[in-house]
Amino acid sequence: MSELIHHTAAELATALADGSASSVEITQAHLDRIAAVDTDVHAFLHVNAEVSLAAAAASDKRRAAGAALNALDGIPVAIKDVLVTTDMPSTAGSKILEGWVSPYDATPVTKLREAGLVPLGKTNMDEFAMGSSTEHSAYGPTRNPWDLDRIPGGSGGGSAAAVAAFEAPLALGSDTGGSIRQPAHVTGTVGIKPTYGGVSRYGAIALASSLDQIGPVTRNVLDAAMLHDIIAGHDRHDSTSLKHEWPSMAEAVRNANVKGLRIGVVSQLDGEGFQPGVLARFHEAIALLEANGAEIVELSLPSLEHAVAAYYLILPAEASSNLAKFDSVRFGLRVTPEGGGTVEQVMSATREAGFGAEVKRRIILGTYALSAGYYDAYYGSAQKVRTLVQRDFAAGFEKVDVIASPTAPTTAWKLGEQLDDPLEMWRGDLATIPANLAGIPGISLPAGLADEDGLPVGIQFLAPAREDARLYNVGGALEQLLVDKWGHTLLSQAPALKVGAR
Amino acid sequence: MSKAKLMDYDKALELFEPVLGFEVHVELSTETKMFSSAPNNFGAEPNTNVTPVCLGLPGSLPVVNEQAVRYSISLGLALDCDIAPSSSFARKNYFYPDLAKNYQISQFDEPIAINGNVEVELPNGRIFQIDIERAHMEEDAGKLTHVGGSTGRIQGAEYSLVDYNRAGVPLVEIVTRMIEGAEHDAPELAKAYVATIRDIVLALGISDAKMERGNLRCDANVSLRPRGSDKLGTRTETKNVNSLRSVERAVRYEIQRQAQILADGGTIIQETRHWHEDTGATSAGRPKSDADDYRYFPEPDLLPVVPSSELIAELKAALPEKPVERRRRLKAEWGFTDLEFQDIDNSGLLTEVAATVAAGASPQAARKWWTGEVARLANAADVDANTLVTPEQVAELAVLIEEGILTDRLARQVLESVIAGEGSPREVVEKQGLAVVSDDGALIEAIDKALSAQPDVLEKIREGKVQAAGAVIGAVMQGMQGKADAARVRELILERATAQ
Repeated sequence: MSELIHHTAAELATALADGSASSVEITQAHLDRIAAVDTDVHAFLHVNAEVSLAAAAASDKRRAAGAALNALDGIPVAIKDVLVTTDMPSTAGSKILEGWVSPYDATPVTKLREAGLVPLGKTNMDEFAMGSSTEHSAYGPTRNPWDLDRIPGGSGGGSAAAVAAFEAPLALGSDTGGSIRQPAHVTGTVGIKPTYGGVSRYGAIALASSLDQIGPVTRNVLDAAMLHDIIAGHDRHDSTSLKHEWPSMAEAVRNANVKGLRIGVVSQLDGEGFQPGVLARFHEAIALLEANGAEIVELSLPSLEHAVAAYYLILPAEASSNLAKFDSVRFGLRVTPEGGGTVEQVMSATREAGFGAEVKRRIILGTYALSAGYYDAYYGSAQKVRTLVQRDFAAGFEKVDVIASPTAPTTAWKLGEQLDDPLEMWRGDLATIPANLAGIPGISLPAGLADEDGLPVGIQFLAPAREDARLYNVGGALEQLLVDKWGHTLLSQAPALKVGAR
Repeated sequence: MSKAKLMDYDKALELFEPVLGFEVHVELSTETKMFSSAPNNFGAEPNTNVTPVCLGLPGSLPVVNEQAVRYSISLGLALDCDIAPSSSFARKNYFYPDLAKNYQISQFDEPIAINGNVEVELPNGRIFQIDIERAHMEEDAGKLTHVGGSTGRIQGAEYSLVDYNRAGVPLVEIVTRMIEGAEHDAPELAKAYVATIRDIVLALGISDAKMERGNLRCDANVSLRPRGSDKLGTRTETKNVNSLRSVERAVRYEIQRQAQILADGGTIIQETRHWHEDTGATSAGRPKSDADDYRYFPEPDLLPVVPSSELIAELKAALPEKPVERRRRLKAEWGFTDLEFQDIDNSGLLTEVAATVAAGASPQAARKWWTGEVARLANAADVDANTLVTPEQVAELAVLIEEGILTDRLARQVLESVIAGEGSPREVVEKQGLAVVSDDGALIEAIDKALSAQPDVLEKIREGKVQAAGAVIGAVMQGMQGKADAARVRELILERATAQ
């Protein structure tokens, strides 16, 4: 196996710049790695070997001519299957879109292509991003590279597992309630949910439009920052994308310094309900930051206790409407009942056959929550809670620069363990959901391994809207402190994947 | 379709008071669609004016068309509405194959314009104020064509074709408040109201307003209240009313139909009804209850529309004059008698006549052609007159007559050819060689020929029997297939008689 796969994207960029590696070599190394381990990991739904090698060759040609488009020109990237692509199918992990190829590229994908990055393939996910384990993919689960019997998190388990298993140095994910950050937490990787509107949603198959956000999935904070710098910015195709002059996130990492930084620790996201090993690593990390000049402030954000309940009304409501378009009339699966049927019967049969159980559960919930007579009690109340969460954060950020918490209550659980208990799985999102409700950015980065099971644990930081750079500052600083303390990166401790182990 | 039993209109009005309400949809003539960059034009090949947004493809997102917002604000101002400092879009959710996303983006609880009114002048001179509840922006649906089956509707069709060219075309829906007190004039008021809306949007230049193309669509709500009762009756909503004539006829029909049912002790079902131009009747559509659940919720893909006060002031300053004022001005400018102006009013063709005058015709000629020959042909074909010819064509015809190139008789012939699509009046004249022969040489030749057949005519004229010329004129006209100016022929014959 080529050593190239173990380098960070930033290191590969240096190798490309000094000519010690070519994009074709790097791309081929990752394709080889995918061929070797992905039968076990199943991070990818589609691998575009030929097209990516052609893109790599084109990148090498550009670089030889001194016309590299970006420092990351020629670096491979995996793309969550929620983003539509013209040269690969886009299914969002659902049977209802099996084999569907979009006539247009999602804006973040366009931006990657314009910067010369090489899309390797599409990564697995819970169907329409509904889930926290990737077990709800219609194409079978992805497995956690740390322990193949465990879940890689979700919904973006594919992107997280791909970077954790060294199948790709970079990946894109989408985060509606933690789908980037929670997989990062359970796979020992880095994931960022940017400020709502920071990255265009155009071409991201919508789950909940007011919560969805596209972001980077990587093995370290600098790589995430470099990817973030490429995909961020206003897009005229997305009315909710912000017109904002974003500072360089990569610069924030390079200049990382927590001296004088006020870090809030939220009482509602600490203690009860969290696995001891998760809490232990969290408190160690906080102590380390304090020892290096950060000021730790206790915070109470009482509305967070209702955040999960509000989220699981707003999300299904929006999803029930967003997913109405999957009706067989214009694209995707079409199931005709025996002996034909009316258009309504065909729509119904298609949706019955094409959607999985979790998707149906949420469509029914959302339809109910929006129904006349229930709207005020459910959707209306949930929006009020959302406002309270936003106010709590606004008040909190008066006192602190960033807020810290464990990313999720537990380490990776075993495949199948929570499948029959959706409420338990939904509760696992309690620390990540508030950022989506408030539209603020969040990062998860490795904090160590839990003592009780030796599995990765993440720490989350949140910042005010448009202050994504603060996350790269504190994340970059903590990452350096931890690596210095451990003497190695966390991922280097992951068990080696045996080729064809399963 | 069997026609329902109808009560005599006058009797219906004796027993009941009609209560009306209108929802008029105006398709805006913007360059692009409401939420996408697809072209907004009529008549393109099916499914060619589409983008991922119009097709509701996965990942696509709507973006509000600023031109549509400006047009909507102008319309709201022209209807004397308050423009909302902030208005928002909502999703109206229902499954139907002409709706690409299976929801329509519309405005629900925060429309862009509220609380307006419009003055409508009836043909009898009565001026009626109609209160506007709201005007809101939304997107049009695609067009379904149901193939097979007897009704042309989705039920019973073998299959249906969908054209998404219309999907996403910007619409403004204007909703009136309940209209009471129209009494006998209810059908005329309905027509006059829609004609007024049409005049307003045409004057604003924000819609092509062609009813036959669906640019302007009227849903007419009709209910009857028994005399002496203060309880409102159950209403029906008649759709598919595609001409001004139909608006009037449909309202009259519903009044008569409902009156008969109520008088027979029956009840009115709250439902949509479809107007059938051919039979002049309405038929039952789907039941409509106030509890239809569209699961409205705020459209999360769009930000609220917050027009600046500068924009509103700018659009307000640019408003055209109000229809009632315009009518008074035009009547004075044209020097029309009450009767002449009423003539135009009854035809609902004021805008056409004005445009014809603007294109160079004399007011009298414009009035004469529109309310005369064009209206006659339109009635025969059961369509609105403005669907047959354009004001420019009528003006050209009038000018051709004034120039002496056409006689009235020839002009009527040219008009029919223009309607048949053979080109502009001048083109038709040229193609068919219809111009009046103004070459005296050719006329004299024809006169000589006619005189040689009736040698005694000149003698009679010289004897003072001038009417004898008529026989020769007839012969000349016949010989020249009507392409001669009879007055000139007469002059020439008289000249000949006095010369010899």
